[in-house]
Amino acid sequence: MSAAEASVAGANPGVNRAVSDVSRFGDRAFEWLTLLMAFSIFLLIALIGFELFRGATPALHKFGWHFLAGREWDPVNDVFGALPFIFGTLVSSAIALLIAVPLSIATAIFLTELAPVWLRQPLVIFIELLAAIPSVILGFWGFYVMVPWLHLHVYPMLRSALGFLPIFQGPDNGPCILSAGIILAIMIIPIITSVSREILRSVPGLQREAAYALGATRWEVTRIAVLSYAKRGLFGAVILGLGRALGETMAVTMLIGNAPYIGSSVFAAGQTLASVIANEFTEATDNLYSSALFEIGLVLLGVTLVVNALARLMLITFAGPSVKPQH
Amino acid sequence: MKTNKLVTTVISGLVVGVFAASCSKNPAGNSPASGGNAPSSPILINGAGSTFDYPAFTKWFEVYAEVDTNVQFNYQSIGSGAGQKQLLNQTVDFGASDAPMSDESMAGAPSKILHLPVVAGGVAIIYNLPGNPKLKLDGDILAEIYLGKITKWNDPKIAALNSGVTLPDSGIIPVHRSDGSGTTFIFTAYLSVINDAWANSVKKGTAVKWPDGVGIGAKGSEGVAGQVRQISGSMGYAELAYADQNKIPYADMKNAAGQFVSPAPDSVSAALGTATIPDDFRFSMVNAPGAKAYPIAGPSWILIYQKQNGDRGKHLVGFLKWAITDGQKISPILDYAPLPDALQQRELKLVDSVTY
Repeated sequence: MSAAEASVAGANPGVNRAVSDVSRFGDRAFEWLTLLMAFSIFLLIALIGFELFRGATPALHKFGWHFLAGREWDPVNDVFGALPFIFGTLVSSAIALLIAVPLSIATAIFLTELAPVWLRQPLVIFIELLAAIPSVILGFWGFYVMVPWLHLHVYPMLRSALGFLPIFQGPDNGPCILSAGIILAIMIIPIITSVSREILRSVPGLQREAAYALGATRWEVTRIAVLSYAKRGLFGAVILGLGRALGETMAVTMLIGNAPYIGSSVFAAGQTLASVIANEFTEATDNLYSSALFEIGLVLLGVTLVVNALARLMLITFAGPSVKPQH
Repeated sequence: MKTNKLVTTVISGLVVGVFAASCSKNPAGNSPASGGNAPSSPILINGAGSTFDYPAFTKWFEVYAEVDTNVQFNYQSIGSGAGQKQLLNQTVDFGASDAPMSDESMAGAPSKILHLPVVAGGVAIIYNLPGNPKLKLDGDILAEIYLGKITKWNDPKIAALNSGVTLPDSGIIPVHRSDGSGTTFIFTAYLSVINDAWANSVKKGTAVKWPDGVGIGAKGSEGVAGQVRQISGSMGYAELAYADQNKIPYADMKNAAGQFVSPAPDSVSAALGTATIPDDFRFSMVNAPGAKAYPIAGPSWILIYQKQNGDRGKHLVGFLKWAITDGQKISPILDYAPLPDALQQRELKLVDSVTY
């Protein structure tokens, strides 16, 4: 951290560039190549957007903005609206975050701050294993094991304890928005946990030592020195998890009950933007029908963009321009 | 150590042996095929469409390989809708669909398309109740359950048909297909014929708008069957084969003659025999008359262009003739209903009209 170190670090790139300017054609080519690669990502997204837009044109013409507000999804009478799917996507993802965020961040704190060293690596391996399970396998497990169990034991308990709240009323069919939210939570816990762990690990030890030196308890050290320092990064970890939850298809399709319905209860069946496409694309014979599904894809792209933009906005407003991890 | 080495030797010996066998088998298997003046590589015929037909086609292609050794089939079970589209785009030689093509789609085709019913199947009404009783149901009860008007298993209407069965005082969870499906088409077509309220609201289609807040959707027949098996009190509809394979109880349905009939290849064949079938073979066989006919059943069609080109057309026609006649003997093994003789003869005439 000394001034000498900094000046050495600053001088090195300059020397390298001088060398490359004179003799290294390879370096220039490499630079251009990577630029091209990076640019191809923009191109890819633009192309996807364009293709979706082109496929959705008939539906866009027919329904206009009403598509977003329409509650009907009736392939027989050619009436299509996306609202129930937007609702299902947002609510199931919100439930997933509600469950996953406290669990993941608590796990990450335990792993970096509290766990004995011999326990850390095995736990990390288990979390990474969970991340490696394909979503369709989780869906199968959810369908055959988790949902019947929830249906028999947990949901009746929830209903009797919290049944006075409207969100815990109504018939319970097994697959429902809550079931989908729970499986989504299981899927995003590993992502949020491992990213949060990396963020917490990057908090300089000096921060903690300084807090201890001031006589802070362990909880105070974690809260003041670690969490407030890392909150921007943790927020980013949550957004990564949310991104996965919004677009997840297979496991959700198997557990959400697949009914384009806006209910007040978490026990009601729902449907997400991704799952309606997966469900109905193969048999959409009619032109308008398949173009409505294209438009659903466009809406999903839009919802993801809006949620990400909102998240960035929140980050700037609440977290402020706080320090970022150095590397 | 010694045993290890022995094992390795044996395994590598086996591998080499199998490899050699497969190498020598290929030319041997091909030589009778190319024995005459036939082309050296077989003609590849492409098809796409219905998943319902897939098990039948797979079996047929396997058996037919010995009848006509110069032809090879490639079938992609991507769904009836996609099959129709691929045929219209002329990317496949034949399509397969559980729903007939609409007049509108046919008008958009480059030339005339023929519908050939090749298999028919029954849709079983499956359920999960304590004690697995055998239930009797009729179309009106089904419609009212899926409309959300009948919500309890011990509803007087269900009890009236099932005296002697103890029905629980629990809610019915109706399960439907969430993906577009020919099975849904047959099921909703049947309810539309039976029940006016259904015909005026939900109507029929491969995907429909199910009444709000009633029951849940599951993806694929395996999804519906799995759901019904898992959750007590649920009911659903699935192809007979799925109900049989998963050992899920299914109901006897009241047919147009007032008899209660179990779904089976025989009772579906009986329905095929009594249904009114027009000359273009675009027909529905739900609620067919006849005392032995099972009411919730439908055919599945192979779709081809009447104008075929050359050699491929010749081989395709050969296969179709075989499938309509000899192929039908295989159908019941796979829980499909065989086509009655009279229908086979009528279809052969239509196949003869194909030009190539």
